[in-house]
Amino acid sequence: MTELIIPAIVSCLVAFFIVFVMTPPLIKFLEKRNMTVKDMNKKEDVMVVRPGGPVLIVGIVASELVLYAFLQMNEILAIIITTSAAFAIGYVDDRKVMGGWFKPVALAIAAIPIITLGAYDSDLAFPLFGIVQIPVLYLALIIFMIPITGNTINSIDVLNGVASGFMVIASFSLSICLFIVQNYEIAIVSLPLGFVSLAFYKYHKLPSKIFPGDSGALTLGAMYGTIAIAGGVEIIAAVALLPAVINSFLFLASVKKIVEHRQIKGKPVDHTDDFKLRATSDKSAPITLVRLILAGDPLSEKQVGYEIFKLAIFSGILAIITAFLMRVSL
Amino acid sequence: MKSGLYGFLFAMWILLLLGGGIMVTVLGPFTIQQFGEFNWMIASGIKVLIALVLVVIWILILLKLKNWIFRTEIKF
Repeated sequence: MTELIIPAIVSCLVAFFIVFVMTPPLIKFLEKRNMTVKDMNKKEDVMVVRPGGPVLIVGIVASELVLYAFLQMNEILAIIITTSAAFAIGYVDDRKVMGGWFKPVALAIAAIPIITLGAYDSDLAFPLFGIVQIPVLYLALIIFMIPITGNTINSIDVLNGVASGFMVIASFSLSICLFIVQNYEIAIVSLPLGFVSLAFYKYHKLPSKIFPGDSGALTLGAMYGTIAIAGGVEIIAAVALLPAVINSFLFLASVKKIVEHRQIKGKPVDHTDDFKLRATSDKSAPITLVRLILAGDPLSEKQVGYEIFKLAIFSGILAIITAFLMRVSL
Repeated sequence: MKSGLYGFLFAMWILLLLGGGIMVTVLGPFTIQQFGEFNWMIASGIKVLIALVLVVIWILILLKLKNWIFRTEIKF
């Protein structure tokens, strides 16, 4: 355990400072190239640059390479390759609008290195009840998990700072859980995810100076999913991600098919005169987490963001309880 | 609405724990002996089928729960 302290500190510093230092130049670079989109939740015509994915992937790959130099684990290689592939998929989608099925299918292919590098254990661990051996089913789970976590984080990237802030809470909760279940090496490997998200949040929080784009959201989501598989904490990871899972679940349950958000005609949320967010009564619009949060009263963008963070903290606590329950057997 | 969301999150968590219990107690010990070298393949296929049925049941329960928890708030 003590021999992991130095790699942990070095990799976390690398992860945080690469994103923290490189993001302002990336913002300038994207501004020069006019790679901006309108921030739909601002009264004025505010243009924000995107994508922030490139700094996130550089921070993640650099910090994981530092860890690989110390630990030489196949799990780290799987994280680097799968996360890089997810970034590439997201970047393609950032530059060129792809169909609704592109990302799930491409992300499923991106999960293959986890299998080929053997960075998984086919025993699925459940709290209270123990483990179940499902070797064939588990391979399917790996293939499904990366598209689910990637698209789940992407789907919650709807307001300033929400995707990165949510990821800070979920990933640090997952790291704490990995320490609780005594999987120290993967716990250390998971820490850079929280630190790159934290550094990016500085620029993504309200008012955003940069958006992560699909490349950023898929990078964060795919890395989270790979850590969950490599660490054997799939159920705990799902619990920590529940608010985002609810968002995807509500969306799919109301739309009843896999489509891109931009293909949806009905608007789930609009604005009041003072530009607060308000749930619409449009029956053709999808039900989303933000729409449910706003079902009572209109709220400012900042207030909705904080409500999502509170839900994330609640899920993080449930995940930590779940991790403790892993050590209890009925 | 906000308390409803926390209730829905908590219900999802309980369903995950219960689903895990069913997976371990039903799928875990499930084996087939009559098909020689194909035993593991057929057993895996049946496990996949049971798991898919469990996922469908899980989603249906969640849909019912969603409608019940948010019945007063959702007017859209």
